[in-house]
Amino acid sequence: MDLSYTRTEEAFRAEAREWLREHVPAEPLPSLETAEGFAAHRAWEAELAAARWSVVSWPEAYGGRGVGLARWLLFEEEYWAAGAPGRVSQNGVQLLAPTLFDHGTAEQRARVLPSMATGETIWAQAWSEPEAGSDLASLTSRAVRTDGGWLLSGQKTWSSRAAFADRAFGIFRSDPDADRPHRGLTYLMFDLRAPGVTVRPIGRLDGKPAFAELFLDGVFVPDEDVIGEPGQGWRIAMSTTGNERGLMLRSPGRFLAAADRLVRLWETEGEPADSALRDRVADAVIGARAYQLFTAGAAARLPTGAESSLNKVFWSEYDLALHETALDLLGADGELTDGAWAEGYVFSLAGPLYAGTNEIQRDIIAERLLGLPKGRR
Amino acid sequence: MTFLPTDEQRAFARSLDAMLTAADTPAAVRAWAGGDPGPGRALWGRLAEAGVSALAIPEEYEGLGLLPVELAHAFVELGRHAVPGPAVETVATAVLLGELARLGEPGPAKRLLPGLASGERTATLTIAGVETVRHTVPYALDADRADTVLVVRGEELWRAPGHGPVRVSADPARRLARPAPGGELLAEGPAVTVAAGQARRWAMLATAAQSLGVGLALLDRTVAYARQRAQFGTPIGAFQAVKHRLADTLLALEFARPLLFGAAVTMTPGDLAAAKVATGEAGYAAARTALQIHGAVGYTEELDLSLWLRKARPLRNAWGDPATCRATVIGAYSRTGS
Ligand SMILES: Cc1cc2nc3c(=O)[nH]c(=O)nc-3n(C[C@H](O)[C@H](O)[C@H](O)COP(=O)(O)OP(=O)(O)OC[C@H]3O[C@@H](n4cnc5c(N)ncnc54)[C@H](O)[C@@H]3O)c2cc1C
Repeated sequence: MDLSYTRTEEAFRAEAREWLREHVPAEPLPSLETAEGFAAHRAWEAELAAARWSVVSWPEAYGGRGVGLARWLLFEEEYWAAGAPGRVSQNGVQLLAPTLFDHGTAEQRARVLPSMATGETIWAQAWSEPEAGSDLASLTSRAVRTDGGWLLSGQKTWSSRAAFADRAFGIFRSDPDADRPHRGLTYLMFDLRAPGVTVRPIGRLDGKPAFAELFLDGVFVPDEDVIGEPGQGWRIAMSTTGNERGLMLRSPGRFLAAADRLVRLWETEGEPADSALRDRVADAVIGARAYQLFTAGAAARLPTGAESSLNKVFWSEYDLALHETALDLLGADGELTDGAWAEGYVFSLAGPLYAGTNEIQRDIIAERLLGLPKGRR
Repeated sequence: MTFLPTDEQRAFARSLDAMLTAADTPAAVRAWAGGDPGPGRALWGRLAEAGVSALAIPEEYEGLGLLPVELAHAFVELGRHAVPGPAVETVATAVLLGELARLGEPGPAKRLLPGLASGERTATLTIAGVETVRHTVPYALDADRADTVLVVRGEELWRAPGHGPVRVSADPARRLARPAPGGELLAEGPAVTVAAGQARRWAMLATAAQSLGVGLALLDRTVAYARQRAQFGTPIGAFQAVKHRLADTLLALEFARPLLFGAAVTMTPGDLAAAKVATGEAGYAAARTALQIHGAVGYTEELDLSLWLRKARPLRNAWGDPATCRATVIGAYSRTGS
C-alpha cells in the first residue's frame, strides 16, 4: 500500500502544472451554459488540444497522450487546482468516446474522436425522453430502416448543452415488436443540424439554456453512424453508464480544489465560535480526501459497474453539501447569483438527478453490491 | 502509486478473521463484561501469537517493527469480531515506550515492551488533556484488567498504583476507571510529550480501524437479517426504504475505509483525524441502521447484535471525539491556523 508517486508521475505532474500556469485564463470564462461562454470554452478546448492536454488518457493517435488512469487523475488534480475552466466536451469525451473505444469501428474512431478532442465537434447525449426518465428502457423514439441507413422520429429531452452542441448520440427503438423493452433498441449518432431536427433550448433553474428538447422528424442517419449491432443499443449504452456515474465524470481533483477554496472562504468569512459551520467545512475536506483515496484504490483495481453507483451517490451529495456550506459562509451574499459559488451551487443541485437518480443508484447498490432482493420497480 | 493492500496484508487479515470466527468471540465478550476476563485474555494470547501485539513495537524490543498498515488491518478484524479488552491502549502504550526509547529514555521500554510484544501482558494508558476538548481527565479502559496502568500528565509519565471504582460503560465490555494518583514516575521531560503525541496517533488509528470493523459487522448482520425476515409477505430487504438505508450504510463505510488506510500510510494528524471522524460516524450510523432494521429484536441484550451496537458510539468518541478531530482537520488545511 503506497501513496507516493513514481518519477514518471511526478515529471508528468510538473509538466502539466507548468503548462497550466502559463495558459489558464486569468479571468474566469463566462458560464458555459450561455452562447458566449460556450464559444469561449470551445476555444479553450482547442488550446488544450494543441498542447495535447484535452484528452490525456486517450491513445496518441486520437490526440491523447496514452497515459492511463493514474496520470489522468494527477492531471485532473493540477487542472482544477490551477482554477482552469469547466469542460464543455464532457459528454462526448466521457460517454461517447468510451463507447466507441469499446463498441465502435476503427473507421468511426478515426472519424469522430480527433474533432472531439479539439472541441471542433461538441456532442450531446440524447437518451432521456419525456416519458422515459428513470425507466429509460421504456423509450419510444423510433429508428426505421431506410435505404443505406435509418430515419429517426420522436422526442428527446434534457439533453445537456444540446442548445449549442453540434452532434448527438442516443438510443432509439428499432424493433417495436421485440419481446422486452430492453431489446430492439439501436444506438446511433446524428447531426443536430440535419434536416428534420428541431432543438428547443430549456432554461435550467437559473434560466440559462443548459439543456434542450430535440424534436426529430424523419432525420436520416447513414449506416456508418450506427454504433455496434442494430438491436443491441441497450447493452451498449449500459456498458458505458459506469463512466457517467463513476470517476471519469467527477474527478477527485475537482473536489480537492473546491474543498481548498472552501477552507479559504472559512478563513475569511468564518466565525471561530460557529463550530457547527466549522464542522461542515471539515467534513468537506474529509470528503474530498475520502473521494481521492477511494478513487486511487478504484483506479488500481478497476471497479465493477455497480461500484460506480457508490461513486455517483457520493460525489453528487458531497458536491451539494460543499456548496451549501459555502453559501452559508457567505451569509446574506449567498443568494447573489454572480459569483463562482452561485454557479457551482446551481450546477450541484442537479447532481442527485442526472446520470441515474440517486434513488436508482441506491437500488443498484442494495441489489448488486449487498445482494438484497429485487423489489417492485 | 498503488493504493491497494498487498497480498500479504490481505492474507494476514483473512487469517485473523478465520481465527476469530472459530474462537466464539461473542462468548468472550459476554464473559469479559460479566466479570470473567479468562476467555478474553486467552483470545488476546492467540492474537499475540498471530503477531498482532508486536505490530507497534521496534524489533530490538521483540516486536515486528512499526507497521501501521498491518495494524489497521488487524484492528478492523478486532472490531468485526468485537474483541474485548484494552487492545488499543496496549498499542498506544507500546508506541509511547518505543518512542521514548528512541528519544533517549530506554528504561521503561526495556522493562515493559517484551511482555507487551509477547502478549503476556496488557497495558492501559490515559493522556490527560488531549482526548477531547471538553473533558481533560480521561477514564482508563479496563484498568482493572490491565497489568500496567500508565498515565501521562504534561511532561510526566507515571505508572499508577491502581485505579478508582470501575464505572459501567454504555458498552459493558468497556470497563472504565480513573487511574489512582501517584505511583512511580517512569520518565519526565519534553520527550514524554512527544512520545505521548505519537501514542495518541496510533490509538486514533487503531480505534478508527475498530470502528470500521464494527460498522462492517453490523452491516453484514443486518443485510443477512433483511434478506430473511419477511413481513407483508415479502423479505423486508425488498422494501426500498430498507434498501436505501443499507445502501447508505455501505456508502459511508466504503468511503471511510480508504481514509483509514490512507492515514495508516501517512500517519499525519490531519489524515488520522479525518479517518477517525469518518469511521466513527460511519460505524455509529451503521449501528442506528442495524437497530432500526432489526426492529424490536435488535433492541435486546440477548441478541449478539447488541455486542456491536453498544460499541459503535463509545468508539466514535474514544481517543478523539468528532468535534476535536474536525478541528484538527481544519487546522491541518488552514493557512492561518484558525
Ligand atoms: C442537469 C441535467 C442534465 C441532464 N442531461 C441529460 C443529457 O445530457 N442527456 C439525457 O439523455 N438526459 C439528461 N438528463 C436527464 C436525466 O438523466 C433524468 O432527469 C433522470 O434520468 C431522471 O429522470 P426524470 O427526470 O424523468 O425523473 P423520473 O424518472 O420521473 O423520477 C422522478 C423522481 O421519482 C424517483 N423515482 C423514479 N422511479 C423510481 C423508482 N423505481 N424507485 C424510487 N424512486 C424512483 C426518481 O428518483 C426521482 O426522484 C439531465 C438531467 C438534468 C437534471
